[in-house]
Amino acid sequence: MRLLREVLHSLAESLVGLGTVVRFFLRTVAACPAALLRIDLVSKQVYNSGALSLVIIMLSGLFVGMVLGLQGFQLLQRFGSEEALGTAATIGLVKELGPVVTALLFAGRAGTALASELGLMRATDQISAMEMMAVDPIRRLVAPRFLGGVIAMPLLAAIFSMIGIYGAQLVGVQIMGVDGGSFWSQMRSAVDLRDINEGIVKSCVFGVSCSLIAVYEGFFAIPTAEGVGRATTRTVVTSAVVVLFLDYLLTAAFL
Amino acid sequence: MPLPSNPNGPGDAALRAPLQGIAGEGSAIVEIRDLGYAVGGRPVFAGLDMEIARGGITAVMGPSGTGKTTLLRLITGQLAADSGEIVVAGQDMRMVSRASLFALRRRMGMLFQNGALLTDISVFENVAFPLREHTDLPERLIRELVLMKLQAVGLRGAAELMPAELSGGMNRRVALARAIVMDPEILIYDEPFVGLDPISLGMILRLVRRLNDALGITSIVVSHDVKEISAVADAMFLLSGGKVVAHGTPAELKANGSDIVRQFVGGLPDGPVPFHFPAPDYFGELLSREDRP
Repeated sequence: MRLLREVLHSLAESLVGLGTVVRFFLRTVAACPAALLRIDLVSKQVYNSGALSLVIIMLSGLFVGMVLGLQGFQLLQRFGSEEALGTAATIGLVKELGPVVTALLFAGRAGTALASELGLMRATDQISAMEMMAVDPIRRLVAPRFLGGVIAMPLLAAIFSMIGIYGAQLVGVQIMGVDGGSFWSQMRSAVDLRDINEGIVKSCVFGVSCSLIAVYEGFFAIPTAEGVGRATTRTVVTSAVVVLFLDYLLTAAFL
Repeated sequence: MPLPSNPNGPGDAALRAPLQGIAGEGSAIVEIRDLGYAVGGRPVFAGLDMEIARGGITAVMGPSGTGKTTLLRLITGQLAADSGEIVVAGQDMRMVSRASLFALRRRMGMLFQNGALLTDISVFENVAFPLREHTDLPERLIRELVLMKLQAVGLRGAAELMPAELSGGMNRRVALARAIVMDPEILIYDEPFVGLDPISLGMILRLVRRLNDALGITSIVVSHDVKEISAVADAMFLLSGGKVVAHGTPAELKANGSDIVRQFVGGLPDGPVPFHFPAPDYFGELLSREDRP
């Protein structure tokens, strides 16, 4: 009986939590048109979330592409089809690794920055001060940051995939000796718009998810040092789980 | 250095005009009746009644943990009361919509305990922030208004500094400039003297009085610094146990003979507000064999 009561209690709490997230999301989306009109605020956040994440995204893209080139070459060599390395690496990067790894890196770099920034603003009464100045913090703080993440994420994923393909080419063609012409031509003939669309849709969905999780966790952080730390940690963990779960759903939907 | 009486407007008479439009001169600007509010099941207020007169400086005092800041948050609509009635400038806070609440807050200024300046923008931009958000004033006019308010708090020279470069007293003075930049009718101070050196404290104290008189506003100051606030307040309320236990002018409170007022005003360590937090018997606990309480 007690167990049942506890289960029902935690279920009710989860529903309340979900309701809060949905309400917050709707308020944020509703504030986005007004935020878009203040392009200076949004562009600053695109810079913070996007441009400042470029180095880690490019480096990671390069190394992931190089590993893919190496592993792909070894695998394809067994079947005598090393020339398909370009196709394999590109499809793997554009459809899967690009959006997913970028989203995980985005959550670790930009997501934590967003959550801790908003959490600290909460802890130091900056959000309360804004409310007292009759300025809606969702419109002024949350919506531009959310939009910044949503805009930056697909661009970062595209850059990740592009650098990754060059990384695979570097290993496959320059080091392992795959024919360069075959690498590029097979890639161009086998990869179609549908593959690219899948990557774009995934990176947009991940951008919305990761940005929402980060601004939500930061905005509702408990206003203490421990609370801000916990919000930052939860941003990374929740984003990673949600991204991987959504990736499965989207992959299944695109089959 | 005398403060400008109202560098931004035509004069005191014009500043008072909107107040008279809301309610007659001399009526209460904040009315609280039978207020009930609890946090996590623990009652903070139980049947609190208070009337804050329009104009002048009203101090709300009380020992730590009596809910002074909570009261401010209830008055400003940052928290909702569990029961009772709070009426601010004629608006019942129970019925107020979000849009009306924001309209009401445009007529208020609040100085937070830590200043709460936005840390990513300069002093100038912090003071300009409400103007940029709520008005379409040309940049030149915004600049003039901001410099006037900074001049009023003596920090025009610090306009280009970042909040991290300010001392505690300067931080609070900038926050004060920001709080008055929209010419509010009510100015609320949350513990404005905490952690200040004597010079900064004196500056803030003088600014509280002079801004109130020069701008013709109502000031509500939450503080437990009895000596400091007594020097500037026109009326004082003493909170304890979730209620107002005494109120009156500073002189009346000083002459009040009740134990709680004498303990608080005299700074006595023990009395109705006990030195010890409620705990089991001291010797019994020391001699207990349990490792932890």
